[in-house]
Amino acid sequence: MIPASFDYEVADSAAHALALLAERGEDAKLLAGGHSLLPMMKVRLAQPAVLIDIARVPELAGIRVEGDEVVIGATTRHADLANSELLKAEVPILAYAAAQVGDPQIRHRGTIGGSLAHADPSADLPMTLLALGGSVEISGPSGVRVVGADDFFTGPFESVLGPDELLSAVRVPRDGSVRWGYQKFVRRANDWAIVGVAAYGGRVALASMGGTPLRATATEEALKSGASIPDAAQLAAEGTSPGYDFHADVDYREHLARVLTRRALEGKAG
Amino acid sequence: MSMRGSILGTRVLRTEDPGFLSTGGVYAEDVQDERLAGACYVHFVRSTVAHAKISGIDVSAALEAPGVLAVYTARDLADAGLKPLPPMMPNMNQAMKQPLLAGDVVRFVGEPVAAVVTEEMYQGEDAIELVDVDYDILPAVATMHQALSGERGLVFADAGTNVVCTFGDASASSPDLFDGCEVVVSEVIQNQRVAPAPMESRSGAAAWGEDGRLTAWIPNQGAQGTKGAITGMLGLKPEDVRIITPDVGGAFGAKFGADTEHAVLCWVARQLGRPARWSETRNENLLVMPHGRAQEQKITIGGTKDGTVLAYRIEITQDCGAYPKAGAFLPSLTRLMTPGPYHIPRAESWSTSVVTNTTPVGAYRGAGRPEAAAAVDRAIDLFADAAGVDPADVRRKNLLPKFTEPHTTAFGAKYDSGDYATALEKALAAADYPGLLAEQAKRRASGDPLQLGIGLSSYVEITGPGGEAGGPNENGTVEVHPDGTATVLTGTSPHGQGHQTVWAMLVSEELGIPIEKITVKWGDTDLVPKGGGTGGSRSLQLGGAAVQQASRELLDVARERAAAALEAAPADLVFDTETSAFSVKGDPDVSVPLSSLAESERLFVRSVFTAPGPTFPFGSHVAVVEVDTETGKVFLRRVVTVDDAGTVMNPLLAEGQRHGGIAQGAAQAFLEEVVYDDDGNPLTATFADYPFLSATEVPSFELVDMETPTSYNPLGAKGIGEAGSIGATPAVQNAVIDAVSHLGVTHIDMPTSPQRVWRAIVAASGSKEA
Amino acid sequence: MTEIKLTVNGTARSDEVEPRLLLVHYLRENLGLRAANVGCDTTSCGACTVLLDGESVKSCTVLAVQANGRSVTTAEGLVAEDGTMSAVQQAFREHHGLQCGFCTPGMVMASTSLLAENPHPTEQEVREGLEGNFCRCTGYHNIVRAVLAAADKLSGGSAPAEPEVTA
Repeated sequence: MIPASFDYEVADSAAHALALLAERGEDAKLLAGGHSLLPMMKVRLAQPAVLIDIARVPELAGIRVEGDEVVIGATTRHADLANSELLKAEVPILAYAAAQVGDPQIRHRGTIGGSLAHADPSADLPMTLLALGGSVEISGPSGVRVVGADDFFTGPFESVLGPDELLSAVRVPRDGSVRWGYQKFVRRANDWAIVGVAAYGGRVALASMGGTPLRATATEEALKSGASIPDAAQLAAEGTSPGYDFHADVDYREHLARVLTRRALEGKAG
Repeated sequence: MSMRGSILGTRVLRTEDPGFLSTGGVYAEDVQDERLAGACYVHFVRSTVAHAKISGIDVSAALEAPGVLAVYTARDLADAGLKPLPPMMPNMNQAMKQPLLAGDVVRFVGEPVAAVVTEEMYQGEDAIELVDVDYDILPAVATMHQALSGERGLVFADAGTNVVCTFGDASASSPDLFDGCEVVVSEVIQNQRVAPAPMESRSGAAAWGEDGRLTAWIPNQGAQGTKGAITGMLGLKPEDVRIITPDVGGAFGAKFGADTEHAVLCWVARQLGRPARWSETRNENLLVMPHGRAQEQKITIGGTKDGTVLAYRIEITQDCGAYPKAGAFLPSLTRLMTPGPYHIPRAESWSTSVVTNTTPVGAYRGAGRPEAAAAVDRAIDLFADAAGVDPADVRRKNLLPKFTEPHTTAFGAKYDSGDYATALEKALAAADYPGLLAEQAKRRASGDPLQLGIGLSSYVEITGPGGEAGGPNENGTVEVHPDGTATVLTGTSPHGQGHQTVWAMLVSEELGIPIEKITVKWGDTDLVPKGGGTGGSRSLQLGGAAVQQASRELLDVARERAAAALEAAPADLVFDTETSAFSVKGDPDVSVPLSSLAESERLFVRSVFTAPGPTFPFGSHVAVVEVDTETGKVFLRRVVTVDDAGTVMNPLLAEGQRHGGIAQGAAQAFLEEVVYDDDGNPLTATFADYPFLSATEVPSFELVDMETPTSYNPLGAKGIGEAGSIGATPAVQNAVIDAVSHLGVTHIDMPTSPQRVWRAIVAASGSKEA
Repeated sequence: MTEIKLTVNGTARSDEVEPRLLLVHYLRENLGLRAANVGCDTTSCGACTVLLDGESVKSCTVLAVQANGRSVTTAEGLVAEDGTMSAVQQAFREHHGLQCGFCTPGMVMASTSLLAENPHPTEQEVREGLEGNFCRCTGYHNIVRAVLAAADKLSGGSAPAEPEVTA
């Protein structure tokens, strides 16, 4: 399987990438690691006329502390997140989640920006960003805007990111003392989550329980009201709208959400 | 005379490995040959629907696309006189013919509809998108039940039925079969459809010489059978076809013969007068390469409360997919092995093979026998559970006692030798069965959400079908060259099994030539015109025995020449394998090297080894799983196996065969399944969707040695290739069910996916509460 | 067409390629390095694994143009000039970690990358490190043995080779 033909441009700066996007319009796609986009192109679900390679833009990569946040460049790879001592100390749930993405080869190529922009409701990093209550920096023709995780994802593989915009960085709170848990339910290690749960403090995010990663709001409210973890977890599927496939029907996904939420809230990672 | 230690039975490293590890194997897609210079590329347009009439095919846009040389459809093949293929056996409904390219009707998603030929590899995928096929959708017969009921109509309108063939006689069923049984249990169980999925997908290359002869490089399990398939599909004369076998990236039963795409590839090369290549994608492979298993079985077992089995019945429905291939025949092997290793006084079985609008079904590692083993060992556990007797004790009570003279079953299988009880005891001891039971009891008592399951299987299987008419047989040729090297020709066809190493070991043992100096060749029909290939776990016991026999006969020829050279009587000569030379008895200084006897005249022997019958390897597996009772997820923790395949030539390689088989068998039990929706659309057509086993879902395996030689060949060897896949499936399935049996669960179909296990637990607890 | 310059197995290369050319096809068809195989097309099976700047990647999901300016190593490149195979390659042979061989070059490259990142893996870490590489023949058993043995050997190796049998 091979992609349909396309033109290829290399951006040498974020501004250059934006200029190329403006020039080539909706037929253009940004390429970083390519591990969300190229598989779609190979099965020809995506047929962009031009790819703009942003993997070589230095300003878009790297992990740094900024106040009480950690700021991560969009082209920072999953492997770099997973191995980052800074993240392990300050945002351990994100380092852990990055280590759960795909397999080692995929983590050597795939990037945080690419994963978030792809907005797969079953993926690790969108769910984790939502649990963290982080935000994304979006550069566009009219400057930079910051969008919170709660507002970023709009549907399956859809976000507020415009065709002329570039997701340039990710901001997450830094506090290594916050209790967290992470549950990814799979049949095989490198599968997408049948259901995923990321818990960070009192925030609980779910993967594969709807068209976007979702907050388990009823659980969060119950916890705030002093409910026990098992009781709060029983509410995890409220307000969700999971799909079904041959791995899992709706009621099974709802059941898994409850069990996995309890485990995540108990601080279990697995 | 010095005696060196025998090389046989030792862990000789494979001589074929350095190439695979460095430059990689030379698979069909890798073949570089001047006959293939300037090759064009064939891509297939495939049906996107399960069942439809083709009302039109518009190839005009594709013909305009860059690099397109030609687009062919069924009409072109018909014009060339190529006809659809009838089913392989006369007892199958002969109206169920398979076209090389679909003509008026498509019968499964993936069926080839048109062939697009391009200059360059990348142009083909662009061009196939431009072929416009109009389908008038017909109801899809998506399941065996729909095939039998007729509710969705017929897969072949002119066949009058969806039934391909039957084996056994349902009308002869005894109404009294279960008389006298205190305990009778019945269950409808699925031996689900799985994908062989060798790592190398299907591929091929074809070139026609100026002499009008076809040379085709096709991955296969036996070039001679592949040649027969190609000549049959294209109506060619055997002398006009040469098949060359490249390295083959796994086969597992699915690469015997040749497929319709191979025939079209060869035909295209002739039409265009230039060599052609074809390699499918993994998506195509999962859509089109025949799937395996695909049986529904109704099993009924009865006996006394003390755990003695008195009667057993298995009623089989076999899904053949859209065209009857080897799959239609598989239930006859399942029937043959109905009672497995058990002494069951009364047993019956029969089968019905049906077509559906799904991928055709063929042979997959074990081919018919894993289905028998899974059924009877599931039945044994159902019976044990109902009788309240430990499953190990039920097996102890009902296994056939050790025998050294052949034992013939009521189904006509003639077991050559067996010691099933010892295999079971060895496996139970190695697994520490009492310790496992104690741990299980502890977890049950504590209500641990992670419960322990222990599953057993005892199996016997049939291996070693013949390559030619007569008893099971295979040929081997050994030639010694003047430079001290030797060449072996074999009718077997390794694709991972290591024949290059083991056949050299066999020759080295007899002739004293180091294995590094022995070349083993196979798979070129000009070089080896006859042969049965590699499948049915036949190679060592027939092909290896033939090579050994040829070596010994070569020594007889050489002895005559040595006697002449040394001016001594043949009987006065001794052959020293240490020096690979003949010498006069009592006078070691008067000697002649074997290689020098090839100087004036070629020194070679072709020999055919014929066995009295197939052999019946056996064994016992113990699987240990943990089941997360909150989620239903299964974790495979241990697999302990005894796989007795008679005398082992190279334990390293025999263990490798067992490992691979165990993994595949286990994967069927808890992970893998080909799934279709209600319209016959495949849902598992990529490796992202088909749950192919990875390294994280299996533990290291614990193998226990046991060797009960067969008398059917001088090596004492039985087949080992399929053993693991036969024993592991029921052991793992039984283990999963055992883990939750205390919750009231008696059966869970394969694969024991998390959702299925969870639902079984919920259903059992619900029924208890009710 | 786009010009790329890269290093493959230590040799500088320069080529004009179509932007959509996959790295695996560039290696196989343009350079004749055919150890890496295409096994699945969906970034699942790992048969196409090569090293990009020393790290394992699936070359069916990397464009040749993305390798511009970088260094690629294939299984062919692990063999020393005198023909000596790498410790990982040798361990695969010594532990019968391959049968049909189709997954093998990718498995070797993934293992090489794994040991570079984690020189002392546990069995579980080896299994997880190879989760992106499928094998249908071995059941992974001997592959895991081979990688553990290679790890041992590369770190100065305490485990002795199997002793020669002497009478």
